Amino acid sequence: MPMTLTEKILARHAGLDAVEPGQIINAKVDLVLANELSAAVAIGVMRQIKGADRVFDRDKIALVEDHFVPAKDAQSAKIAKLMKDFAVEQKITHFFDVGRGGIEHVVLPEEGLVAPGELIVGGDSHTCTYGAFGAFATGMGSTDIAAAFVLGEVWLKVPWSIKLVYSGKPGQMVFAKDIMLKTVGTLGIDGATYRAIEYHGSTVDELSITGRITMANMAIEAGAKNGIFHADEKTIAYVKERTDRDFIVEKADPDARYEREIEINIGSLEPQVACPHTPDNVHPISEVTRDEILVDQVFIGSCTNGYIEDLRIVAEILDGKKIDPRLRVIVNPGSQKVWMQAAEEGILGKLAGAGCAVNTPGCGACFGGHMGTLGDGERCISTTNRNYVGRMGSPKAEVYLASPATCAASALTGRITDPRVAAAVTA
Amino acid sequence: MQASLRGRAHKYGKNVDTDVIIPGKYCNIIDIAELGKHAMEGLDPEYTTKMNSGDFIVADSNFGCGSSREVAPIAIKGSGTSAVIAKSFARIFYRNALNIGLPIFESPEAVDAIENGDELEIEPAGGVIRNLTKNQTYTAAAFPPFMQSLIDAGGLQPYVERRLAEKA
Repeated sequence: MPMTLTEKILARHAGLDAVEPGQIINAKVDLVLANELSAAVAIGVMRQIKGADRVFDRDKIALVEDHFVPAKDAQSAKIAKLMKDFAVEQKITHFFDVGRGGIEHVVLPEEGLVAPGELIVGGDSHTCTYGAFGAFATGMGSTDIAAAFVLGEVWLKVPWSIKLVYSGKPGQMVFAKDIMLKTVGTLGIDGATYRAIEYHGSTVDELSITGRITMANMAIEAGAKNGIFHADEKTIAYVKERTDRDFIVEKADPDARYEREIEINIGSLEPQVACPHTPDNVHPISEVTRDEILVDQVFIGSCTNGYIEDLRIVAEILDGKKIDPRLRVIVNPGSQKVWMQAAEEGILGKLAGAGCAVNTPGCGACFGGHMGTLGDGERCISTTNRNYVGRMGSPKAEVYLASPATCAASALTGRITDPRVAAAVTA
Repeated sequence: MQASLRGRAHKYGKNVDTDVIIPGKYCNIIDIAELGKHAMEGLDPEYTTKMNSGDFIVADSNFGCGSSREVAPIAIKGSGTSAVIAKSFARIFYRNALNIGLPIFESPEAVDAIENGDELEIEPAGGVIRNLTKNQTYTAAAFPPFMQSLIDAGGLQPYVERRLAEKA
């Protein structure tokens, strides 16, 4: 039976020759991820499961302290410690504390913990990020994660796949983030619920690994179970630099069945902005900048856009300039490795010199946790992935989502700004 | 057999996301009662003061979209809300709600007919929703057989214990 990429991976992990949409399977997992928020609840659940004293495989669990660290307060310190103590007790191989990790989804690929054809579940909705590497990866809640900790398997309903075919070459200042915002705007925030998104086409073939990460990361913003790319030479080179473990590169059959096929031409795509208060409220920058939209904060970072490539773009735009005096810019490199690379390339100095606050890696600002929380009436343009009411703090704040280039251009002017115009002005 | 649930409806729109169900700043809390005090705070700060134990959240499509935080259904349960009725649920929320034992019902018909404050009675087993204010009856979509077997077994935990025993 012909199968999609997602179906191929699920079938192999369920020990079946074939699977079809709607089928319930028990699948073996290659990696289970949790952060201190999802782990705190999952560990409590695991303690209640009779006969579950040990995790199924201490090498196949990754625990990353990233949401409320460095601990925001005593309660945050308590849950961070809870996970750390569990990691020690269970002798977990891949435990990342502050200063050695960063944002989970940035860290895992860097550490070689994600490879093509693998099946990964995580206690974080942006676990779908690893689809960038040709893996099946999906987010779950803590009880499911506790079950995966002890069983090394999960029950899954095989999703229908939606095939997205991209064509055209991105124009000036158009990046993977713009392409994905356009995609979420096209599908809608429930447009891919219970579905797998399979990314195809010449545009995505040309994308860097980071670009694919940005796009896979936001599959959940259309409600998808997972978003997946085919692994190619770029993927294999990236993964082989980081791990010696064997992996199987799967490929969708040419006659695989898709629920829908959508063609997206990005030849004339402008930079895109998701306006408040949903990630699918997406508009081209020329439309958004018709009104003057002043901002109070610019945020650069997250599992969507906290990579070295992103910081290079921002540094190039801000180098030798000063950010608008009435706003603040907060930069969180995605991981310790990204931070160190940015330091080595002189990026951190350039950003700090322009007036940006450069923080330690973490998720805090993106979800209104700490280190960049918005107050009543404040407005932020951000490279993150969600802009729901209250997402970054006050329910009376507004969040606009855009690419690192659009955010950097806006940092110079203090209002939402077309990076193409900013580039022309500063050229 | 689960007992019937009874309470008043509190109506909300579509795409009620987990950030408004339990804002991120509370996600470092583990205590169920404490989480319950902040249920729906991002959307309706009055919710926990105006609702009575046993009441229902009635919402349009895609309830629980966004993050995977299990504290979202836990907070709703902790507030004393007895169930959520929606036209549809986001995928992760759906799994989480069933895993922690928060009853959820999919019924576009019920959502369209029920008005804020209506008194409802639900028989969870058959998915029968009675509107006592309007004297109407609606039916919720049946759970897929696998989900129903998980519910009947008492949630994911007994299922995991059984699988562990099988593997031993």
